Amino acid sequence: MKMPVPDSGIIARRREIVEALRAIVPGEGVIVDENELRAYECDGLTAFRQLPMVAVLPSTVEQVSQVLKACKAMGVKVVPRGAGTSLSGGALPLADGVLLGMGKFKRILDIDYANRCVTVQPGVTNLGISNAVAHEGFYYAPDPSSQIACTIGGNIAENSGGVHCLKYGLTTNNVLGLEMVLIDGTIIRLGGKHLDAGGYDLMGIITGSEGLLGVVTEVTVRILKKPATARAVLLGFPSSEQGGDCVAAIIAAGIIPGGMEMMDRPAIHAAEAFVHAGYPLDVEALLIVELDGPAAEVDHLIDRVEAIARDKGACYARVSKSEEERLAFWAGRKAAFPAVGRISPDYYCMDGTIPRKALPLVLQRMQEMSDRCGLRVANVFHAGDGNLHPLILYDANKPGELEAAEEFGNDILRLCVEVGGVLTGEHGVGVEKRDLMTDQFDEADLQQQQRLKCAFDPDGLLNPGKVFPTLHRCAELGRLHVHQGELRFPEIPRF
Amino acid sequence: MTITTLKPETTAQVTDAVRWALSAGEPLEILGIGSRRGLGRPVRAGHALDLSGLSGVIAYEPEELVLTALAGTPMDSIRVLLADRGQHLAFEPPEGGTLGGLVASGLAGPRRISAGSARDHTLGIAGVSGRAEAYKGGGKVVKNVTGYDVPKLMAGSFGTLTALTEITVKVLPAPEDTATLLLFGLDDAAAVAMLDRALRSPYEVSGAAHLPAGTAARSGVADVAGAGGAVTLVRLEGFGPSVAARVTMLREELRADAVLGRDESLALWREVRDGAGLGEGAGGDTHLWKLSVPPSTGPATVETIRRTLDVEVFYDWGGGLVWLTAPPDSAATIRAALSAGGHATLVQAPEAVRAATDVFQPLPDPLMALSRRVKESFDPKGILNPGRMYAGL
Repeated sequence: MKMPVPDSGIIARRREIVEALRAIVPGEGVIVDENELRAYECDGLTAFRQLPMVAVLPSTVEQVSQVLKACKAMGVKVVPRGAGTSLSGGALPLADGVLLGMGKFKRILDIDYANRCVTVQPGVTNLGISNAVAHEGFYYAPDPSSQIACTIGGNIAENSGGVHCLKYGLTTNNVLGLEMVLIDGTIIRLGGKHLDAGGYDLMGIITGSEGLLGVVTEVTVRILKKPATARAVLLGFPSSEQGGDCVAAIIAAGIIPGGMEMMDRPAIHAAEAFVHAGYPLDVEALLIVELDGPAAEVDHLIDRVEAIARDKGACYARVSKSEEERLAFWAGRKAAFPAVGRISPDYYCMDGTIPRKALPLVLQRMQEMSDRCGLRVANVFHAGDGNLHPLILYDANKPGELEAAEEFGNDILRLCVEVGGVLTGEHGVGVEKRDLMTDQFDEADLQQQQRLKCAFDPDGLLNPGKVFPTLHRCAELGRLHVHQGELRFPEIPRF
Repeated sequence: MTITTLKPETTAQVTDAVRWALSAGEPLEILGIGSRRGLGRPVRAGHALDLSGLSGVIAYEPEELVLTALAGTPMDSIRVLLADRGQHLAFEPPEGGTLGGLVASGLAGPRRISAGSARDHTLGIAGVSGRAEAYKGGGKVVKNVTGYDVPKLMAGSFGTLTALTEITVKVLPAPEDTATLLLFGLDDAAAVAMLDRALRSPYEVSGAAHLPAGTAARSGVADVAGAGGAVTLVRLEGFGPSVAARVTMLREELRADAVLGRDESLALWREVRDGAGLGEGAGGDTHLWKLSVPPSTGPATVETIRRTLDVEVFYDWGGGLVWLTAPPDSAATIRAALSAGGHATLVQAPEAVRAATDVFQPLPDPLMALSRRVKESFDPKGILNPGRMYAGL
């Protein structure tokens, strides 16, 4: 993984840059000490580490605006950061860049039940929003597994999902309004407490833009009433193909479960050994199907799902009889990553999405790859929406294994694209999948995305080295290659 | 003022047409079958690019919840195809037109409050930019965060960024059953407060509208037209037993006056989706507007407008969408009333009026400047639908 070559001219001006930042953010808000900077050297993708040139922790929108304006004036790169839980290296610092930490933006600004929305600063955690409205029976729907720690600002940057997003949507489907600062210091506001921001859907582009377009300083999200009931059913199958068929049949029957997760044999065994959730160990695929909503609906659908599962060859079925049991079903799935961490010194979590019908083929090809490279793989799968999380087991202390795991992971993601899927369903491209972007997109596709980036950040100062494998200058991207009078009238049916 | 209509049959021909337009400096009006031509500002272009020749469903996989079709595919045929498999576009768009036109105009119906809008269901696109370059964005699976979410930007961009050639949308199971609770005789403020109560309940309300007396009287549904006053509507949808249970509980909670069953419910919400007859008289002397506001502020916004203008209204989206007919030259008054946030769109008025009015809410300067740069990133020479959304863009 190559990051842009640090600009020695910028590094040489470090003292001047630090002074400029200190003039904006006084006191401890500007960090230069190497030991203190260590806290920012990586995010959730810990294989990549880099100390930033300097870190700045503003506490007001005005400071954010001035910091960005100053960086633009000095030609200094900026890497925005929330809680640093990105699994794709979205917040990986640059040796010649300013790390802009949004951790001081922790206030909940407005809870508005009459308009069913909450306005917060970007450093509020995902779970913090739900907790703030829980006493009224509300919650914020997207629930990434890092929700205790991850911030809503980071959720906007990554368009985070969670196990419930087939039914309730990703971040982008739950955001009503944003305030953000552009690299030139301009503060813009999009949307609000009403539906559909006017004009171009810039909120749609900013959500999931991985910190490349601007720095979000305020977020308004919609909140939902908690479902009255939730029950889960645990289903075991003799083959992953049957498990996949069952998922398709549930959806074809018009049922969109609140959650529908699948685990393969290695993942089931690891999870069971870790948390003793009561999972059957003699099945090849385990499904957790959670139905939520009014009690009458949940009861009705549980029966239907059980019938479908029997029809599709389920060899194991258990319906949760209590809230305790439902949570126990989930405990194994939620602990799948650390559980795999117990059976292997290290693991590498992938995140592709595939058309569900391709699951048997993908699992089979993945097994072949696993046999070839000698690394084991365990699979957990957001089955409802086809989002696959293969966990590659390796030992970083064995020479070459990390590289082999990365290569295996890349091959899995290429396979996802080959069968009609995409590189990332919820973790983002970051640095991790940057160089695979050309497997999913043509040059023209990527250039158009980069032109869009130029509309926000013409000097390419915000989070460079992420998402796009090749950096182009905006002037070069903007050049038109069609000349006056070069073409005659085209041969197209006309009237 | 269209001189020539180009009707390409392949993406390659679309690229050729745009390349020609670009080299000749000739703007193009981008059209499907032209059903939403009256929405937005009139485009000043000597040539039209008619995309209705790019028609046909490329892939429809009900179990994957996705459908991919060429942009000019008629929505009516997609609707039938989906209905055959018990599915639909959950955002409840109006009927007619093409898939491309629907996405480009970013429309949604009453279910907007629970299911989102066109933008929430547009997963992938392919098209030709104003640089005459064919490109694609997004993907063909329901969950994807790879690269910028270009499909969302296309939704509601009215053909000003890209001539869309292919679109992938998320499709969902259509509800098995539908029922509507009716409450009679509430004034606007009381009605929106009641809708708020319904929307705060855990009963998954999928439609929340209020028809004041005049609008209710025009309904083709007997129980509504015959109510003799205002009617407030709360819709519940889903599996049969679930709808039945929720109707019982919510009826009790809201003290609803009546319940409509499936067929009448479907008919009534089609009316609400299409403007409840409010736009029918609109034309020369009355113009039709849609206001998107914070739901709780809907009635007060209307009250402010009524101080100066004679308007007729009804509310959807729990009060957050106000349909409103107003006399000509009301734009400034209507927009001045949006102090709590939101925006107003002139959705029906004669062409000359739309040419001279800000049809869409004017944007603050920094946002307009950014929008202009976004437009230029796709269409630097202003070839595609110039002026359709904003003058000079």
